[in-house]
Amino acid sequence: MASTKKKKFKDQNFFDYTLLFVVIFLIVFGLVMIYSTSSYEAASDFNDSTLYLRRQLFATILGVFVMAATTLIDYHLWERFSLIGAVVAFVLVLLVLTPLGIEVNGARRWVGIGPLSMQPAEVVKIEVILFCAVLITKMNKKRISSIKGMFTILMLPAIFAVMLWQITNNLSSAIIVGGIAVVMLFVADSDYLKYILALLAVIAVAALVVYVATHWESGSFRLKRVKVWLDPESDPSDTGFQTLQALYAIGSGGIFGKGLGNSMQKLGFLPEAQNDMIFSIICEELGLFGALAVILLFLLLIWRCMVIANNSPDLFGAMLVVGVMAHFAIQVILNIAVVTNTMPNTGISLPFISYGGTSEMFLMAEIGLVLNVSRQIRLRDAM
Amino acid sequence: MKGYQTYHKRKIVFVFFASALILLGLMVRVFYLMVPLSEYYTDKAENLHERERDIKAARGRILDRNGVVLADNRTVCTISVIHSQIQDPETVIRVLSEILDMDEETVRARVEKVSSIERIKSNVDKETGDQIRRMNLAGVKVDEDYKRYYPYSAIGSKILGFTGGDNQGIVGLEVRYEEYLKGIDGMILTVTDAKGIEIDAAGEGRVEPVPGNDLTLSLDWNIQTYATQLAMQAMEQKEADSVSIIVMNPKNGEILAMVNVPEYDLNHPFDLESVYGDRTAEILNQVSGNNIEAANRMWRNGCINDTYEPGSIFKVITAAAGLESGVVTLEDQFTCPGYYIVEDRKIRCHKTQGHGAENFLTATMNSCNPVFVNVGLRIGIDRYYDYFNQFGLKQKTGIDLPGEAATIMHKKENMGQVELATVSFGQSFQITPIQLVTTVSSLVNGGNRVTPHFAVSIKDPATGNIRKFNYEMAEGIISDETSQTLRFMLEKVVAEGGGSKAYIEGYSIGGKTATSETLPRGSGRYIASFIGFEPADDPQIIALAVINNPKGVYYGGQIAAPVVKKLFENILPYLDGIQYN
Repeated sequence: MASTKKKKFKDQNFFDYTLLFVVIFLIVFGLVMIYSTSSYEAASDFNDSTLYLRRQLFATILGVFVMAATTLIDYHLWERFSLIGAVVAFVLVLLVLTPLGIEVNGARRWVGIGPLSMQPAEVVKIEVILFCAVLITKMNKKRISSIKGMFTILMLPAIFAVMLWQITNNLSSAIIVGGIAVVMLFVADSDYLKYILALLAVIAVAALVVYVATHWESGSFRLKRVKVWLDPESDPSDTGFQTLQALYAIGSGGIFGKGLGNSMQKLGFLPEAQNDMIFSIICEELGLFGALAVILLFLLLIWRCMVIANNSPDLFGAMLVVGVMAHFAIQVILNIAVVTNTMPNTGISLPFISYGGTSEMFLMAEIGLVLNVSRQIRLRDAM
Repeated sequence: MKGYQTYHKRKIVFVFFASALILLGLMVRVFYLMVPLSEYYTDKAENLHERERDIKAARGRILDRNGVVLADNRTVCTISVIHSQIQDPETVIRVLSEILDMDEETVRARVEKVSSIERIKSNVDKETGDQIRRMNLAGVKVDEDYKRYYPYSAIGSKILGFTGGDNQGIVGLEVRYEEYLKGIDGMILTVTDAKGIEIDAAGEGRVEPVPGNDLTLSLDWNIQTYATQLAMQAMEQKEADSVSIIVMNPKNGEILAMVNVPEYDLNHPFDLESVYGDRTAEILNQVSGNNIEAANRMWRNGCINDTYEPGSIFKVITAAAGLESGVVTLEDQFTCPGYYIVEDRKIRCHKTQGHGAENFLTATMNSCNPVFVNVGLRIGIDRYYDYFNQFGLKQKTGIDLPGEAATIMHKKENMGQVELATVSFGQSFQITPIQLVTTVSSLVNGGNRVTPHFAVSIKDPATGNIRKFNYEMAEGIISDETSQTLRFMLEKVVAEGGGSKAYIEGYSIGGKTATSETLPRGSGRYIASFIGFEPADDPQIIALAVINNPKGVYYGGQIAAPVVKKLFENILPYLDGIQYN
């Protein structure tokens, strides 16, 4: 069977170049923005303006190999690794607690040896995509629709989410992991009602939290975050600081921006501008057009994922692509929502653009998976 | 196609459109932040990025009526350091402490202090500032600045006043006209990163300072200077505590000179010794060593801030009230036995044997107390009080200097015949010298109560726009006729009566002398004074000289009248040439 398929690729030779070029553009653009945002502070703190750029470039080069591999290797191969992957991810998260764990800015989220380090959360994300896709493919329609089936699918992601939240104090990654699993389950299940009810419940809880935060004096850290979200200028020195600085950057960009490299906010006003808040510097330097272009590129990426998923040769491929699509959609939406203060501040990076090697590499691996699925599309059936 | 169903595809499309919808919402949000809110956040961000250093505005100059500059600005420098830009702190500390002649410890403390900008020294000479600037030390800023400078140091010190460390007016006209003089400070805006390091590429923004308005006074520097000399001479000759001279235009209240010696050096307003000399210790003792209190006393303008019993000059007011009310005419006959008995009190004339028979005119020339007591009693308490009010004596004159003292007068209900009698010849109540000059001016100028003042106009140096000040004038406080009679009487006083020491050949001068004993009576402390105006039939200028606690001869007619005479001898020809009206 494998041999006939290979023959077919050669005959039809489908490949999603649109997706590839969107991704290459985003990666290169990300490198440019990382240099722009980090060079001033890197020069003044480490006397090395290209420090962050070189590190990210290193991860990107590794990522190119990883992406090439996942693009070329038949995605069905990964089916066998879903359980081992779960164990590996599990161990990696637990390693954070050992002396191998690395603490940066008060958050213990990395493991590493010598100069090499990685963020286990990124491994968990790709593992959850793989695991859910395998599980959904193996279960029949009825089982998935049942409450028991729902719990079966969501159990492992839930465990990972709780671990990420509690062990690495990384609520944002926990939300992303949970979100990916829920979206994949939603696609796999023919029912709409219970998801709509769940969504309504989430909205109700959020409204309640906002109500409590505004009407009740409390010292709780998370409630305070909600308060600061509603009025960042009420606490410009502490929790609201980063949000406010991001808003200054976005607002001062205007329609056409200050020009690439001309951000003022990156000069120490917005700390670590190359990280989660990089989108605000894009707004400041490239203006409204630059900002909207970036969002549209991500929308294009998600759209290509939809097309590939809908033309996938089998459910497993479709579910893998849906997982990747959910991952990108959730992370982009949450990042931009946080940066524009549309939701309370929680650290979420912007795919391919924010600084972070592990994230870059694994996102490229995921895109490789999608590209591999696209290669197996039979043109006669679709498009 | 194992297990792959149509609903999967629908759901995938659903996920895409849900994502697209949310992203669209976020795009709207980004648009909202970057277009309608752009200005708001840009302002906030710029405030954050910009550091500002003030550029002081040049304070408006103060000029006399002929354009002589009485208060000017000198360029000085302020030396500051910006901590984050200093490269070689040791050199900076050494150089600054040497050049600025400052203690190394003090300089070190300021250089090493972690602050965005720290002032080392202000009011540094321009040459010294330029010298430091030429050395090009990283992190050292030399900003030019203005310091108030008074070219004639002590001339008009008590009216001009001086300014403090931030060029703000402290006393005198400097504080009264602060709002016009001060101008608006400018700014140098530099763009910095979060640590305060200047971004060179961003360049400097400047908000230019707006200089203050020039203030032109009615004061005449020549007259002021000459009056100061006369006052100094009189003070030295008579070993007086102080001497005041006011020279005014009686028609409109413009003050041409106001002297209160001893005057102080406006460029060193805290230097007690230069004013009091050997007496500094004694003066300090009086205020129990409080330097500020001693300085406050030194800055006092006696013509405005202090009251005294005007004595016989006040007979002009009693005469005006008597003539206006019709209780007396020039020809009315009186007899002075040397005293006048009011109720149980015997009020003496200064001529103890009495003036004998005299009419009201000669009584005025003799400055006869019993006759004026008689006239005062004829007017009566009610009417006298009404005239006192009508002539404006109860209110302040409204002169444009801070701290004018109010008249101290009996309450009407407490006034008996004895009080009325003493008020009639200028005792038992107190007014300021400026009040006296203003009231006499108003009585002899035809009956128009003027507002004494210094400020004539302000000029905006940028636009050249001139704004004139207007002052109130109350017309008809007495009739023209009474005013004319008063002028005639007072001319006689100088021509043939007690004011003869002020007579100048070829001029018609009106005037009145006064000698008042200060309280407590019997202390031997007197105030000698003389008020004179010229020409008697249409006064163009009026002058009051007050000698406080003279030694030896203390009669106003003997010692104050000659001061006014000398003043008039010198300034009348000068005024004729200039045509003041």
